[in-house]
Amino acid sequence: MTNFTLTRRGVIAGLGAALATPGIPSAFAQGAPIKVGVLHSLSGTMAISETALRDTVLMMVEDQNRKGGLLGRRLQAVVVDPASNWPLFAEKARELLQVAKVDVTFGCWTSVSRKSVLPVFEELKGLLFYPVQYEGEEQSPNIFYTGAAPNQQAIPALDYLLGPDGGSAKRIALLGTDYVYPRTTNRILRNYLVSKGFAAADIMEEYTPFGHSDWQGIVSSVKRFASAGKKTAIVSTINGDANVPFYRELGNQGIKAEDIPSVAFSVGEEELAGIDARPLVGHLAAWNYFMSVKSQVNDQFIAMWRAYIKNPRRVTNDPMEATYTGFKMWAQAVTASGTTNVADVTKAVIGQKVAAPSGYIEEMGANHHLSKPVMIGEIQANGQFNIVYKTPGAVPAENWSPYIPENANRRR
Amino acid sequence: MKRPILGLLLAMLLLVSPARAQDAFTTALPGLAGSFGQIAEAVEKLGASADPRALPLLQALQEGRLLKREDGTLLLQTDAGVTEVVGGRPTEVGDAEAVRVNNRVRGALRGALGSLQILSTNPEERLKAAEDVFRSRSAQNIAPLEAALARETIPAIRTQLELSLAASRLASPDNAVRLQGINALAEVTDQNARALLLETKAQVPDLARQIDGAVAKIEGRLRVRQMVETFFQGLSLGSVLLLAALGLAVTFGVMGVINMAHGEMVMLGAYATYMVQEALSGTALAPFALPLAIPAAFLLAAAVGAVLERGLIRYLYGRPLETLLMTFGVGMILQQAVRLIFGAQNREVVSPAWMQGTLTLGGLSLTANRVWIIVFGLLVLGLVVAAIRYTRFGLEMRAVVQNRRIAATMGIRTGRVDALTFAFGSGIAGMAGVALSQIDNVSPNLGTGYIIDSFMVVVFGGVGSLAGTLVGALTLGVLNKVMEPYAGAVLAKVVVLVGIMLFIQRRPRGMFALKGRAAEA
Repeated sequence: MTNFTLTRRGVIAGLGAALATPGIPSAFAQGAPIKVGVLHSLSGTMAISETALRDTVLMMVEDQNRKGGLLGRRLQAVVVDPASNWPLFAEKARELLQVAKVDVTFGCWTSVSRKSVLPVFEELKGLLFYPVQYEGEEQSPNIFYTGAAPNQQAIPALDYLLGPDGGSAKRIALLGTDYVYPRTTNRILRNYLVSKGFAAADIMEEYTPFGHSDWQGIVSSVKRFASAGKKTAIVSTINGDANVPFYRELGNQGIKAEDIPSVAFSVGEEELAGIDARPLVGHLAAWNYFMSVKSQVNDQFIAMWRAYIKNPRRVTNDPMEATYTGFKMWAQAVTASGTTNVADVTKAVIGQKVAAPSGYIEEMGANHHLSKPVMIGEIQANGQFNIVYKTPGAVPAENWSPYIPENANRRR
Repeated sequence: MKRPILGLLLAMLLLVSPARAQDAFTTALPGLAGSFGQIAEAVEKLGASADPRALPLLQALQEGRLLKREDGTLLLQTDAGVTEVVGGRPTEVGDAEAVRVNNRVRGALRGALGSLQILSTNPEERLKAAEDVFRSRSAQNIAPLEAALARETIPAIRTQLELSLAASRLASPDNAVRLQGINALAEVTDQNARALLLETKAQVPDLARQIDGAVAKIEGRLRVRQMVETFFQGLSLGSVLLLAALGLAVTFGVMGVINMAHGEMVMLGAYATYMVQEALSGTALAPFALPLAIPAAFLLAAAVGAVLERGLIRYLYGRPLETLLMTFGVGMILQQAVRLIFGAQNREVVSPAWMQGTLTLGGLSLTANRVWIIVFGLLVLGLVVAAIRYTRFGLEMRAVVQNRRIAATMGIRTGRVDALTFAFGSGIAGMAGVALSQIDNVSPNLGTGYIIDSFMVVVFGGVGSLAGTLVGALTLGVLNKVMEPYAGAVLAKVVVLVGIMLFIQRRPRGMFALKGRAAEA
């Protein structure tokens, strides 16, 4: 069964003979290897999240080589460590493009790191696949965005909270880390809420520094905010490991998800692996993929990951899935265009379709953003998500949000 | 004359109700196999049915033991095996999956279980049921609550029952009953009561005046409590700062070493806690992992401190800039070393049960872990003071600080004292790490978040003065928390920092400046 699907998809993608003997390393034709750059922080604050993405790219490279590489050439990964240091991201990107001369790069997590490498990729005509959900308001000819835009994550999540299943919230507390992604997302969400008839007094907005650990004051003020007789919900754009003390404080102060549910955009399986999830049961997260998705591709993805990392208990998460999907798209585009030339591959990536582990066929749009299903999951005691809502199909991305007034004149 | 009629009525009710209840039970059942909305509705019906079979079913749903086949057949899983809900036939699990619940269902479950368990024989269950009923509040609960209140003897449960009764009365269609509820709730100091009243106000505009009065009463009392709570939060932040800064008060305050690797000593202490926890997991000592981690963290950090002092810092005495750069580098090396050994992922240090949840002190609810950390901070402070004042080592340390050459001529091995002092300060930092493992992430970067704050506390309090460190830490903590609600967490920090800069301009030696010759040394 597995072999059949693989072969069938291979024919559709026009892979032909290369895939006819999957699993057997074929003799590679003469020619330099195709170089795949990996630009993820392996040290510093973001290492906690980004190391798993490096491993995902390495896994995909190994897998592709086992299938015979691409265009008869081997793939070779070039890994650099930008060390959670935003200016260093730009330097390392330059190094990848000019010294290592990579054909494609997979990398970045925070928006600030992406903003730092963007001019480098545009100047040197590189190709970057960015796998993390972000605030939108960007579109570079040299970047493909395989994570969610706000309309594929933040807005559907808010809709869920406002709907009957989410508790029909009438007051919203927007809590975030103080940097570009939460500020822009909350600006969009605030405008969206106002368009839904929310009064300014029913929206609370608070920002905290990276790595904030003392949440007592903020959680108490949320409790106060919630005692105005209207159903209240928290929308959290808190990033990184500050989430752990935040949830711990929610638990300690006795805030139950039935009373004040919170929905997070940056908390996934990987983050929950480090904490006792029992007090968090019922709190929500919005993503485009959960490890608990039931699909054949997902089962294969999880098995492949666990075999590669040699740990039968490791979890997968949304940015890893976006990396997987992005890599598949690039590989298909290279095969389709018969070259690794950035301009040709860029043209070929648009319109590529991949059966993603999310269980949907995801397609790359002309705006360089991926169509993705939206899913809302409730945290379970074992750190996995119980999917309580998903869109019937994949949703195309709106990277220029209609809820930002400056975008009114922009072509969409 | 009246009694017989009542008795007759009761008898009729008893005769009629089982049949009707069974109907409600059976008609509600299919809903459990439906969508979340249908499940919630069915749960509410089951809760109102007062059927004895509803309780085990709802408990099973809450615990994930209610299963559903693809055709919608419901199965009940117990320790004894699996049975079909309708008919009770024993069966196999097969491909059946647990009926999933979401927040809406969980909320409905809480209310339904509450009203079913309100007359339970177990006092704990009764208390929980009374709390649950408060949140779900429906007029249907008034009669059962009155019945329960008439039987209840335990004061704590009575209080909760009265509260829940008042809340349920708000949902009554009768304004007189509602008013009873409003007046009862006005006497409670509780945010939930305020929320309930305001919610009712939106639904029943006729009672707006009475509700406003009640809310004003509650708010007046809440304001006082809130001030106390803010103060407590400030103390708690202050105690964290105190713990983080105490070690620095020794290495920087007493010895004058600008130790940028101080934060990493704290981090090592947190990892020591993790290692002790892992080493003891599964053994009989596991519940005592946290107290046992305190000496372990002290020893580990002290050992690293001693090596650092003997190996590097002693060559740089009197050269603050080089010391700063060197210790900064050492800090980075330690961070990366920990990352290589333990991985970049955060490590989970489990909080023992006595450190979770809230403690109630005279109507105030304080988070348990914070209370313990305040206690621990004061204990460590006491330990440091005692060690410096009453031990031989402390005496030698003070002698060396005051006049190194005279101390040396008196036969004190100053090099050894230096190493011990630095190790002591580092060890204290390690103990701080044990406390921080309970409230912060155990990651290689743990220390970097505290280094600036620690220096701020020591400088603000007065270099070399432990009293200054205590007062400095608590002042900064309280200031931060008082300002946070107005300025936000980011701005509050900035304002405090600017305040300290201005303060240092006027008093360069901090709050508790050392006077006399020691200050010049």
